[in-house]
Amino acid sequence: MDLSAINPILLLASLMVAATPIMLAAIGELVVERAGVLNLGVEGMMITGAACGMIFAYNTGNAWLGFAGAAAGGMALSFLFAILTQYFLSNQVATGLALTLFGLGLSALLGQNYAEARPPAFPKMDIPILSDIPVLGPIAFNHDPMVYVGLILVAGVWAFLKFSRAGLVLRAVGENHEAAHALGYHVIRIRILAILFGGACAGLGGAYISLVRVPQWTEGMTAGAGWIALAIVVFAGWKPVRLLLGAYLFGGVTVLQLNLQAAGLAIPVEYLSMSPYIATILVLVILSAGRAPGSLGKTFHASR
Amino acid sequence: MKRRTLLATGTTAAMAAVLGAPLRAQEPLKVGFVYVGPINDGGWTQHHHHSAKEMEEHFGGAVELLYQESVPEGPDAERVMTQMVRQGCKLIFTTSFGYMDPTINVAARFPDVKFEHATGYKTAENVSAYSARFYEGRAIQGTLAGRMTKSNKIGYIGSVPIPEVVRGINSAFIHARKVNPDVEFKIVWIFEWLNPAKEADAAKVLIEQGCDVILQHTDSTAPHAAAKEAGNVYTFGQAADMAEFGPMPRISSIIDNWAPYYIERTQAVLDGTWTSVNTWDGIGAGMVGIGEISSAVPEEYKAEAEAMRDAIAAGDYHPFTGPINKQDGSPWLAEGDVADDGTLAGLSFYVEGIEGDIPS
Amino acid sequence: MLTLEKRPQPSQAWTYLAPLVAVVVTMIVGGAVFAMLGKPPLESIRTIFWDPLFGEFAAFDRPELVKKAGPLVLIALGLSFGFRAGIWNIGAEGQYIMGAIFGAGIALAFYPMEARWLIFPLMIIAGMVGGMLWAMIPGLLKVKFKTNEILVSLMLVYVADFMLDSMSLGLLRNPEGHGFPGSRNLQQYASAYNGDLIAGTGLHWGVIAALFAVVVSYIALSRHIFGFNVRLAGQSPRAAAFSGVNANRLVLVCMGISGALAGAAGMFEVAGPSGQILSSFNVGYGFTAIIVAFLGRLHPIGILLAGCLMALTYIGGETAQLTLGLPRSAVQLFQGMLLFFLLAVDLFTNFRIRLTAKEAA
Repeated sequence: MDLSAINPILLLASLMVAATPIMLAAIGELVVERAGVLNLGVEGMMITGAACGMIFAYNTGNAWLGFAGAAAGGMALSFLFAILTQYFLSNQVATGLALTLFGLGLSALLGQNYAEARPPAFPKMDIPILSDIPVLGPIAFNHDPMVYVGLILVAGVWAFLKFSRAGLVLRAVGENHEAAHALGYHVIRIRILAILFGGACAGLGGAYISLVRVPQWTEGMTAGAGWIALAIVVFAGWKPVRLLLGAYLFGGVTVLQLNLQAAGLAIPVEYLSMSPYIATILVLVILSAGRAPGSLGKTFHASR
Repeated sequence: MKRRTLLATGTTAAMAAVLGAPLRAQEPLKVGFVYVGPINDGGWTQHHHHSAKEMEEHFGGAVELLYQESVPEGPDAERVMTQMVRQGCKLIFTTSFGYMDPTINVAARFPDVKFEHATGYKTAENVSAYSARFYEGRAIQGTLAGRMTKSNKIGYIGSVPIPEVVRGINSAFIHARKVNPDVEFKIVWIFEWLNPAKEADAAKVLIEQGCDVILQHTDSTAPHAAAKEAGNVYTFGQAADMAEFGPMPRISSIIDNWAPYYIERTQAVLDGTWTSVNTWDGIGAGMVGIGEISSAVPEEYKAEAEAMRDAIAAGDYHPFTGPINKQDGSPWLAEGDVADDGTLAGLSFYVEGIEGDIPS
Repeated sequence: MLTLEKRPQPSQAWTYLAPLVAVVVTMIVGGAVFAMLGKPPLESIRTIFWDPLFGEFAAFDRPELVKKAGPLVLIALGLSFGFRAGIWNIGAEGQYIMGAIFGAGIALAFYPMEARWLIFPLMIIAGMVGGMLWAMIPGLLKVKFKTNEILVSLMLVYVADFMLDSMSLGLLRNPEGHGFPGSRNLQQYASAYNGDLIAGTGLHWGVIAALFAVVVSYIALSRHIFGFNVRLAGQSPRAAAFSGVNANRLVLVCMGISGALAGAAGMFEVAGPSGQILSSFNVGYGFTAIIVAFLGRLHPIGILLAGCLMALTYIGGETAQLTLGLPRSAVQLFQGMLLFFLLAVDLFTNFRIRLTAKEAA
């Protein structure tokens, strides 16, 4: 065993990268859930994003366009969910699960000719001065741009929910859709917008895996990241700032367990891997009563 | 049913017509393949499928290929095999360890159909087992790794802790130490055969901890991409040549080549000479291919590795030749002794010098 | 402008018509997709929906349908009680795994003793207890701390999944397995094997249990005070409270039933068709069953039919891959579409579409 082999600076730096895809997907889902909608199809939207990202990036030769395509792909899939749950009033749990199944099939079909494709390079940003700061520089300021896009999105959602009027309305819709409707807000329109935002974010998260982290396209390559994103939202108690923490915790455990293994520490991998989920449950218990948006998962129909 | 068969065989029939070969009077022999992953996974399944296609081409119109991808290991596999039998398959290859018991079960029900199970240890009257001696290739990788490393730290991405993978680690380690007594191995298990994201993470972690050579027993090219980004790190292709990552970081590879075996076994069924066998072939028989050693490797090391390859192929050298001690220091093979296949097949301990435990 | 108007009560006609409409629409759209992929559309549809039931090889397929539908129906039935009462256990996959681990654990503890009369019933009980205990965690947390059961039960799926990995590599690993992961195969252990009761029919004890559960659920829901309470709690929690329904007890009972049935399904599967504790043991029955429960409109008979329909698309989809070379992804896509349409047409059961002159406020 040689724990000194673990370089804490590099560990923290790779933790930021490992956390990015789940953070992107989770921040989208957070907005969706704050609007009172539970979309369990995150995995399906992420994998579709991963495929669309590769298709667009490969064919245009531009990684940014790849991300744009991924966001569009995720959004398109979430639109299906929006139509079904908001207009056809289908059950959100069942529809979300069906969306995941559909997304897995769709992405495999779309991506079947891209297994050998390699996406265009997506270089790291070398932020002058900041990246030269000792310790902090390599940890925080020497990454590819999407890492910062993720952080900016989290900050943006935080500010949106806390300070903007639209954010207040969105929260009101999520807490009590009947009341929000009575006040004259368009519950369904707001929810659809939230769902689309969630889909776009999930798509970005998926594309981060296929374009940056791996980078290649393989069927089913998100391998459960969408479900982890769902867990993070809960872990965060539907709060953007805590969501950051959650993403780092979940991303960190993966990186940490690999580091400990490489350092020769005999760890029971399965038990370490399940620890963040147990932590999530504990957090849920400690947070306890009624922190979830009041109307989460409930179907809304105006004429009721 | 007739019509559907015609539809399905349309392409093969057309091909035979193009080649000018007369269509045989009798029905083509249907050969089924059960795959554990998608056929474009870039690794294990893709190579089985390539080899299957090669076999089909080899026989022209005389053989028709049926396959099913991403079949879960369990009752679903049994059903898929049964369906293949009903579709008229007379020979079925099941290409993952987890299909062992299902294969034995289905085979018992259809005694006139021949089954070939990959990487298992059970056989029956109508079930053969076949596997490749990948550890022979690992010996060459270990030699190259030991020569090429500057940090003396070699990373190894393990997939699932089964004897095949443990054999590979041991073989690579023994030969790395032989040429460079200072090397140490850092082993990371990801408990999956193919998970690009995890493989990328594992490779990055190993690189961060100072490894400058990465060996992998997982299927994706993600570790190569990570190594390329890091710069001075060497990797080896797994299952596929992964030549697109050469000459750096990929300096050589182990290539799965099942085609000769598939052709041989299919021919045996066509000739009516098929019998149950337990095949374990290596470099000599061509089942394990060693990819071109790239220009990043100095000539002398390349020559050394190639000499070892040829010696193994010729049967002059066995990678597990004593003296070798077990991890705890107790003797395993005495000077000049060679490991027997039985022990190798169930190998579940590390040799002396490797740190850490095999997960259990 | 189209507006929706809630029907005073669900339309009888649409209850039966809606699934048919959905299936037909799926066939049309799916056929178009298949045609786009260059596969014969009619042929494909027939292979998926018709051949497994009535085709040339239906005799082989029907038992497989039964085997596939059994666990789906059993799990979905358990879930339906909670879903009716507004208790959302979506962690059946985890409970299914735990049932299998407990059931197989008992069997392996007795191995190689032969005493079927003792071991097999104990395994069933252990499987149910395993699933129930796992479901009780979200249940108790909900009762004690008002923790959201959707999320806790989902989290526990991952935990169970890692437990399964750990078991197949560690505690339950076959000591004679040549170093490979996975437990002993229970199919080769007569006292534990859950084989076909009549050879070649696919009818194992798990299927019998599923059919039995359909009958019991039907009676409980339509004839028993428990069913009434469940429905009342779902429709109007306040009314239920007034009429003396103990909400906490209802949560525990519903979670317990769903956990026990999922656990039983896991045990029957591991002792029968699957045979082994392996990390690839679970193939998503727990999640698919949620969809089955909704497709069956939470009604026992509906669930039975929906379970069979899902099983049909699996089996037929496989045949289509084999005979027509349809990509697996296309089959998955097709299944997803079927679910979407089935969920969508549900609207017409509860709502009427009206054409109105101007937008309703």
